Amino acid sequence: MLRFLVRRTLGALVILLVISAVTFWLFYAIPRDPAMMSCGKNCTPDMLKQVRHNLGIDHPVPVQYWYWLKGIFVGRSYGDFGNCPAPCLGYSFANRQPVLGTILDRLPLTLSLAFGSAVVFIIFGVGAGMIAAVKQGKWQDKVASSGSLIASSLQIYFVGYIAMYFLVAKLGILNNPSYTPLTDNPAEWASGLLLPWLVLALIWTANYTRMSRSQLVETLSEDYVRTARAKGLSRRSVFFRFAWRGAMGPIVTIFGIDLATLIGGAIITETVFSLQGVGRLALKAVDQSDLPMVLGVTLLSASAIVVFNIIVDAVYALIDPRIRLA
Amino acid sequence: MTSTDQQPFLSIKDLKVHFSTEDGVVKAVDGLSFDLIKGQTLGIVGESGSGKSVTNLTILGLHDPARTSIEGEILLDGQELLTATEREMERLRGNKMSMIFQDALASLSPYHTVGIQIAETYRKHTGCGKAEARKRAIEMLRRVGIPQPDMRVDDYPHQFSGGMRQRAMIAMALVCDPELLIADEPTTALDVTVQAQIMDLLKDLQQEFGTAIIFITHDLGVIADIADDVLVMYGGRCVERGTKKEVLRDPQHPYTLGLLNSMPSLTGPVDVPLTPIPGAPPSLLNPPSGCRFHPRCAFAEKVSGGKCSSERPLLEIVDGRGSACHLTTEQKQELFADFAATRHN
Repeated sequence: MLRFLVRRTLGALVILLVISAVTFWLFYAIPRDPAMMSCGKNCTPDMLKQVRHNLGIDHPVPVQYWYWLKGIFVGRSYGDFGNCPAPCLGYSFANRQPVLGTILDRLPLTLSLAFGSAVVFIIFGVGAGMIAAVKQGKWQDKVASSGSLIASSLQIYFVGYIAMYFLVAKLGILNNPSYTPLTDNPAEWASGLLLPWLVLALIWTANYTRMSRSQLVETLSEDYVRTARAKGLSRRSVFFRFAWRGAMGPIVTIFGIDLATLIGGAIITETVFSLQGVGRLALKAVDQSDLPMVLGVTLLSASAIVVFNIIVDAVYALIDPRIRLA
Repeated sequence: MTSTDQQPFLSIKDLKVHFSTEDGVVKAVDGLSFDLIKGQTLGIVGESGSGKSVTNLTILGLHDPARTSIEGEILLDGQELLTATEREMERLRGNKMSMIFQDALASLSPYHTVGIQIAETYRKHTGCGKAEARKRAIEMLRRVGIPQPDMRVDDYPHQFSGGMRQRAMIAMALVCDPELLIADEPTTALDVTVQAQIMDLLKDLQQEFGTAIIFITHDLGVIADIADDVLVMYGGRCVERGTKKEVLRDPQHPYTLGLLNSMPSLTGPVDVPLTPIPGAPPSLLNPPSGCRFHPRCAFAEKVSGGKCSSERPLLEIVDGRGSACHLTTEQKQELFADFAATRHN
């Protein structure tokens, strides 16, 4: 287990390094000068040069990357702007705020959104899939299958606005989406995020219904499930002790990756419900050619994916004794 | 049957198992009857798709009730199984009757230790505690010849070798001392040495507990080793029935003869080529008329009036011996003589 963690962590660091370098290079591959944007309308060549210097982009790209990388480990000095202690991800080109601080400000909302809707879609999606698998071919199965097909064809910007109109504005059942930190007031935290959770979860629920149904149908036809029945075990215990166990592996795998994706930001959901999460931060950063912010958000999403992959592999080994961690 | 005075422990009468599929009704078993007494082994032989496995899954009630229609009677120790409730069947399965499956790797759960899987059956049927069931599992593993059973009990099936897995499977099937054991090709995937060990094990256990065994196989060599009686199935029907010696030495059905001819003989000349049965097993969706074997039968034209393709030959069992064929006894004696010449030595 320790060896597995060490090996995978080292691998993850290499991946993140490569991702940051590629992002850096791609950013400069776009013919767009961030200095021009900060400099404003009455920009003279001298001013432009000064802005370039202030932004720290007057060095060649590899040197810039080296400074950026060094900043993460030993911090970075920005002269007049002061010092940025390690781990330093730099300052935003757009508003001169530290990148790390901005991301950490936005992260609680995004985590709340991701985990909250994940709880909803894993419970409802897998639950519906289980019912559909047990009642194969019966009306419950048909309702779940067609329902999930409809739900997965819907779009958040469609469902989201309709839900806001009816549930919030017309009927007043749910609160207007807002974010209150969990530690401030848990009740407000939940009621403010309930609508985004449900809307975001709807489409994912559909995917999980279909996936868990097909996984369960497959494992229910396994020989070892038949053996368990031949031993005299009831349908119920065979389903939960044997079939479910076999179906769980693939579901856990996909769940880990989906959750990691959500932590990277749910851009559309955040936009629809006017929530200030990581997703909108990323969108804005790209729009403003804000390299340090783009790098920061990219690293966050990439780290989420990499970390959850390691977790998934470890969990998989717990579920399936045939898998060895090494 | 070797002794007719004993009450049969398992009695199957005119069993029909039909599946409804998108293409039509598959007649997997079409009018099968046999009896089995305690302490005896019945070998069921037949090609893939002859209805061997379906018959046995039906005895255990493991068919899919939604798409299967079943007629006939299955009496186990006087109890009708086809009308039994699911609850009653659960009490019988793994307890009074149990089954050994063919592919032990696929048939054992990869997610649970061997010990847990054995103990689970025992706990279900005896209601005993965990510790006692574990002790029983270790004892069963020892009995089927697994070395260091108190350590191997915590292993997963994938940590066992093929032969050990099959032994574990047998231990699981026998943990509640079943009175009927159905073995569905339990040795097919194993090498010959292990195969022999497994069969010795089954024979020992049978002697110890007087278990009635149904042994399904397509390997006549295995039948010769383990069975008392033999039932040959073709296209969902029984075509020949008799003691092992009668069926293997003196086959009364062209299909049985064909099976024997396609097997090498240890005593005959080595340069005689094997004769396979021409053609392919019949479609059970749309089976041949009359005798289901007639399209592949070498002797179909010897029967006058095309009876083989129009009329179903009846299986008449006298003293446990019989075959379903339109050929007369004299014809068979003459036509099967070649076979007799090479085998009777």
